[in-house]
Amino acid sequence: MTDEPAIEVRGLVKRFGGRAVVDDVSLTVAKGEIAGFLGPNGSGKTTTIRLMCGLLTPDAGEGRVLGHDILTEGRAIKREVGYMTQRFSFYEDLTIEENLRFVAGLYGLDDARRAVSGTLADLGLTSRRGQLAGSLSGGWKQRLALAACIMHRPQLLLLDEPTAGVDPKARRDFWNEIHQLASGGLTVLVSTHYMDEAERCHRINYISYGKLVAKGTVSEVVRDAGLTTFVLSGRNVTRAAERLEGMDGVDQVAPFGNTLHVVGKNADLLRAAAERVAKETGCDLSPSETSLEDVFIQLMGKARDNMQ
Amino acid sequence: MSRFFSFTRLRALLSKELIQMRRDRITFAMMLGVPLMQLMLFGFAINNDPKGLPAALVAPTQDRYSRAIVTALELTGYYRFTHPHASAAEAEALIARGDVSFVVTLPSDFGRRVDRGDHPALLIEADATDPSVASGAVSTLSTVAAEALLREKGIEAQARESAAQSLEVVVHRRYNPEGVTQYNIVPGLLGVILQMTMVMMTAMALTRELERGTMENLLSMPATPLEIMLGKVLPFLGVGAVQVVVVLVAARAIFGVPFLGPLPLLLLGVFVFVSSLVILGYLFSTVARTQMQAMQLTFFYFLPSLLLSGFMFPFRGMPGWAQALGELFPLTHFLRIVRAVMLKGADTAAVAQPMAALTLFAIGFAAFALLRFRRTLD
Ligand SMILES: Nc1ncnc2c1ncn2[C@@H]1O[C@H](COP(=O)(O)OP(=O)(O)OP(=O)(O)O)[C@@H](O)[C@H]1O
Ligand SMILES: [Mg+2]
Repeated sequence: MTDEPAIEVRGLVKRFGGRAVVDDVSLTVAKGEIAGFLGPNGSGKTTTIRLMCGLLTPDAGEGRVLGHDILTEGRAIKREVGYMTQRFSFYEDLTIEENLRFVAGLYGLDDARRAVSGTLADLGLTSRRGQLAGSLSGGWKQRLALAACIMHRPQLLLLDEPTAGVDPKARRDFWNEIHQLASGGLTVLVSTHYMDEAERCHRINYISYGKLVAKGTVSEVVRDAGLTTFVLSGRNVTRAAERLEGMDGVDQVAPFGNTLHVVGKNADLLRAAAERVAKETGCDLSPSETSLEDVFIQLMGKARDNMQ
Repeated sequence: MSRFFSFTRLRALLSKELIQMRRDRITFAMMLGVPLMQLMLFGFAINNDPKGLPAALVAPTQDRYSRAIVTALELTGYYRFTHPHASAAEAEALIARGDVSFVVTLPSDFGRRVDRGDHPALLIEADATDPSVASGAVSTLSTVAAEALLREKGIEAQARESAAQSLEVVVHRRYNPEGVTQYNIVPGLLGVILQMTMVMMTAMALTRELERGTMENLLSMPATPLEIMLGKVLPFLGVGAVQVVVVLVAARAIFGVPFLGPLPLLLLGVFVFVSSLVILGYLFSTVARTQMQAMQLTFFYFLPSLLLSGFMFPFRGMPGWAQALGELFPLTHFLRIVRAVMLKGADTAAVAQPMAALTLFAIGFAAFALLRFRRTLD
């Protein structure tokens, strides 16, 4: 039981109007792991998460979540999973406390009153507990939703962009808490668009147009992408960027402040192009680490090519 | 905690619904204010036996006989002569425009013929585009007019004698001897008002969660379809109870509707009826995807139920197929119960059949709703 993965799904397919939004996705998340779920807008992250917690029925595929079959044991999965929706979906016309009470009641928590007051205290919302949830700011709504979905001590957290719109301090607190919970055995699957958050995950999964195109630890994903990166710096980086755009071997040109990142799959061609432009424009050229973001941009472009 | 039903979960769902209901002030006020308004409006406005309808008199020679007839007609309560000196052409225009409902025409030799002992003719034209306008007013007419003339000629005794010789038909208007429309309408309104609010409110139950996006959260938590349904419909039983009290008190105090049968029996009938309604509304909300669709479904249901249930028109007066269709509406059965218990003083045995029908509706709707309930967002 203990070595069975928390999530193990194979060949999940979900179609909307004939279009495969999730296309043959297989995913394994080990117990106690924090798994990142990344991908561009509309790539199928939310849909995949819904499939895993029994909110959508897959058109094909199978799998187990916490040892329960996703096709037949949705009820058991719901009891042990905490799902935080991407869009705030608690009751805006209920107060913070009433929302928490509602959740505590639905999970049949033994000491609902203590659980609610404890959660309020953890959130630092005790003094505002009578405020309508709808009147909270966006970031506070996220924090309330997160608190509500861990109140029943689930074994698996499915978090759909939990930190969208949350300030840096709260984001760090959130990640500290996630790591703390994970060290206690909780498994977390978290979707995000932030690179720094992806780097805080044990493993990441990258989905694009419904297909899982990369997975592994951050360094594995970067390594597997096989990209080379150079940094140009100097006064003429803007002109250098114009020259580099569209040259053979140059896949990405991205300015970062006073520097320019050029990324390419073919190291030799890239080096030749970068050296020529650096000489022409009088910029300094140095090799650099490829970042996760570079990899993702590369993956996005590739997936789009596949679509056409 | 049981797998399929838990009171803890139901309590959580109920208290959430009650809080939301309380916070939605306008809806809450409507749920209690609308019944009273409708009761007053329809209770006073609807009349199947209209009186005091405007009439025109065309009498070229006005004499004591024509005045006697006018007086006698006005005394019936049905006629109000708003145009007592109309010409034939004017009268024609008046009735065509709908300004008068009747035109009474006396020929110019009317008085002379009465004195001679002839059989003078008297023409009454009624605007029968609405048949109920004509019926009561016309049915009383021949005797009233004849008696008026005879009385005017001073041979009343003779008149009574001649009436006594003819065949006697005895009609007892049972349960409602004065034929007061309100006695029929007000108990029926109880059913219509309950149907209106109960079905409409519960039809929004799930669609509101869908539209606000809270459905995703609700479905991801371990509440079962039965608990969700009960959580949605039970609060409305309470609202229905308040409406029933309001309508019944008003029926008694304002309209003086008789209340012959046992109150507990009536309340049982109301309870079963309201249960079937809230579950029907909930069934609608499992079918509809938006609140707009839920509204349309509700209205699609309202009109036939009003027309075919016996609320608007006598149930037994409809063709067989329409009666069969009418049996499909809970309102039909409830009207039988409420009219029987309030006006006829019926006992349990007399209303057992409609009561059983309503119970079956409630159970059937519930089963259907539970089957229709979508546990997923597909
Ligand atoms: N109920 C639905 N009916 C039809 N199409 C849907 C439905 N739900 C999602 N889609 C489509 O499926 C695709 C994937 O949507 P999904 O919400 O899973 O993307 P996502 O990766 O979560 O995107 P984002 O990063 O913007 O949240 C989108 O193109 C979306 O339009
Ligand atoms: Mg999403």
